[in-house]
Amino acid sequence: MADVKEFKVVGTRPIRHDGTDKVTGRALYGGDVRMAGMLYGKVLRSPHAHARIKSIHVRKALSLPGVKAVVTGKDLPDAADRIAELGEGAVNLKYLGNNVLADDKVLYKGHAVAAVAAVNAHVAEEALSLIDVKYEILPPVLDVREAMKDDAPLLLPELRTTSLGQKGDKPSNIASHFQFKKGDPEKGFREADLIVEREFFTATVHQGYIETHNATAVWNPDGQLTIWVSTQGAFTVRQQVSELLGIPISKIKVVPMEIGGGFGGKIRVYIEPVAALLSRKTGKPVKIVMTRAEVLEGTGPTPGSYIRVKIGANKEGKITAAEAYLAYEAGAYPGSPVGAGAMCIFAPYDLENAQVDGYDVVVNKPQTSAYRAPGATNAALAETLIDEIAEKLKMDPIDLRLKNAAKEGVRRVDGPVFPRIGCVEVLEATKNHPHYTAPLGGPNRGRGVALGFWFNVGLKSSASASVNADGTVSLVEGSTDIGGSRTTAAMHVAEEMGIAAEDVKPTVGDTDSVGYTDVTGGSRVTFATGWACYEAAQDIKRQLCERAARLWEISSDDVAYEDGACVSKSDPNKRIIFKELAKKLDHTGGPVVGRASVDPQGVGGAFAANIVDVEVDPDTGKTQVLRFTVIQDAGKAIHPSYVEGQMQGGSVQGIGWALNEEYFYDSKGAMRNASLLDYRMPTCLDLPMIDTVIVEVPNPGHPYGVRGVGEVPIVPPAAAVANAIYHATGVRMDRLPMSPGRVLEEILKKKG
Amino acid sequence: MPVVYIPALMRDLTGGAERVEVEGATLRQVVNNLDARFPGAKARLCQEDRIRPGVAVAVDGEITRMGMLQAVRPDSEVHFVPAVSGGC
Repeated sequence: MADVKEFKVVGTRPIRHDGTDKVTGRALYGGDVRMAGMLYGKVLRSPHAHARIKSIHVRKALSLPGVKAVVTGKDLPDAADRIAELGEGAVNLKYLGNNVLADDKVLYKGHAVAAVAAVNAHVAEEALSLIDVKYEILPPVLDVREAMKDDAPLLLPELRTTSLGQKGDKPSNIASHFQFKKGDPEKGFREADLIVEREFFTATVHQGYIETHNATAVWNPDGQLTIWVSTQGAFTVRQQVSELLGIPISKIKVVPMEIGGGFGGKIRVYIEPVAALLSRKTGKPVKIVMTRAEVLEGTGPTPGSYIRVKIGANKEGKITAAEAYLAYEAGAYPGSPVGAGAMCIFAPYDLENAQVDGYDVVVNKPQTSAYRAPGATNAALAETLIDEIAEKLKMDPIDLRLKNAAKEGVRRVDGPVFPRIGCVEVLEATKNHPHYTAPLGGPNRGRGVALGFWFNVGLKSSASASVNADGTVSLVEGSTDIGGSRTTAAMHVAEEMGIAAEDVKPTVGDTDSVGYTDVTGGSRVTFATGWACYEAAQDIKRQLCERAARLWEISSDDVAYEDGACVSKSDPNKRIIFKELAKKLDHTGGPVVGRASVDPQGVGGAFAANIVDVEVDPDTGKTQVLRFTVIQDAGKAIHPSYVEGQMQGGSVQGIGWALNEEYFYDSKGAMRNASLLDYRMPTCLDLPMIDTVIVEVPNPGHPYGVRGVGEVPIVPPAAAVANAIYHATGVRMDRLPMSPGRVLEEILKKKG
Repeated sequence: MPVVYIPALMRDLTGGAERVEVEGATLRQVVNNLDARFPGAKARLCQEDRIRPGVAVAVDGEITRMGMLQAVRPDSEVHFVPAVSGGC
């Protein structure tokens, strides 16, 4: 079991295998792809947030010298109005296709309408201006509550509200409604001595990956399509392209390049099928690289939302009832992460009585994509009510949380019972951290805490590991490496084989080189791909024991693999270390390759807490983060540096949600800050060092006790910062981001 | 006997019951038996004999990817929750 096992490699901090390539600039990203005869693609995007396409004329564009092809939505096979399982979730293929290239309507400014392939990017751009699109402009609806009104402009006339299999009888922008109910909330509120209720408004924000989307496609005359791409999942790109273009997956090879961030936003395809269509038309390789404005306006951000929360507690600090109403903007097509938000909102607490209602609503914004613990950061603003209850009851806010904390055996509001979790341990580590009691050291300063939960997922992973004659192992796995996962994968093999992490050489394979592997998402890679590597190592060990038995002319049942060597159980003098045995494989039966594919259960959910100190300028409303500590249960940290990196990265992104990041729309639905100069993400100049505390409550469902770590650190920061701002200023913010203007407005209101 | 936790929006079919015991060794058997007892339940949960898109099934707290083939033990709990996709 994980908590008694002695590790030699797991828990250490080897230098990442791809480190040299990354720091010298030699690592190959999608932007580095160059091919003989390559053409450059550009995408024409809608200038309107909502319009009907009356006609598209491309003749002038095609006649421009250097232009080789133009495609529109008519070039996509008619996608069926059906749901396809794409590994990380279900997708309506008609909507997916219409998002790649619009059909008869554009539903947001930036919606792709047509694309051009030309001899260079400048000619392609000029050609875009020669495509004549006639639009019938329709009124847009940009706010979730406006979109829910009966008289709101309708985005998708065929859309009806579904409520667990029951379909509404009239058109609506509300795609779905669901509800969780546990116990008797009305009774719980009657039993409360104190009830707090607040509503929240959160802005649309983007994942902000530094590398923009890119894809290069070659469609050979033999029908074989190859795509080099920046993606979180090569196999899901293959499947989406297959479904959209109507060609078998066996005809498609997807090569995942190094990736400059994804955070959930590089799962759905955008330009990959377009580059493929242009390549088929021209017979040439076609490369498309998005600009930053295209990324912000044309790819999936995370939803804006409206949330209402009500919590009741008795004088002793026991929560007696809780209710939440969550309405999330799905963007142009259904599919916001409101379900996840609803399942997370009260997950940290043991509640007898609760109800949560969730609504998925389409609006004239880009279709939302997953973003790190999708839906949970919005929902975690409920943590500000916990802070308010603690204040009103004159209780320590962590003591209040501990009094109500979820633990093993507690039934969540959405139904399932928690297995062993680390909620209490995270809270205790938070309370015991020196930061929690350190002096604030000045006026206009405040300290906030908050707690967050994320499920994590398992899904499918594959790996193969070949033993080399020099006593090393070449490992091929299928997970795009975003946060150092190829090194953690290698560490699993090294741990099991009893060799150094540096003696395992990991490679991320393409779709023809490794077994099916789901996306790098859901905080799953170290858990599931690591598990596949663990199992591949077991496969190697079994084969090596057979080889040693052959060498010693004994039964393989008499051989065990221990501490990096095969040993005879009956004769301790018979022992051969891995490196020596590796030399003898040629003469004992040939190469040894370990293989594994897994689809593991036993995913352990994760909790994270924050302590944050801020100083708010009372004259400008600007909030400065002075100190930030993140405490998180990792189950077992395979490579602590990468766990800390995830904790820090998630925290910084959460602070961006809290203080800066926001899509500004004008009344026509145009984003007015589609550049990183105006869409303000925090930089290292804005923030202090993020301190990390890794708590290890082993996940009983994993051989080493691993829990996913990538997502939960983005859950509590916005609420923690809001609580800190309150304690600095006396104003409770109900709107994200808590930008200087908004904070100042609330300060001035309070002053009267 | 496995216990099925009835989603709040489906309790109109079960007379308000939040959980019911239903025979079955696989999810398909459980859903079919649930439907026999509470007609219309399968149509709410399934589409073309598969769990509806957007709905996930948790058996004993674990989201299953086996769909209707998922094995269910006599002491299992079955929950129907919104499907969640990951992000990082």
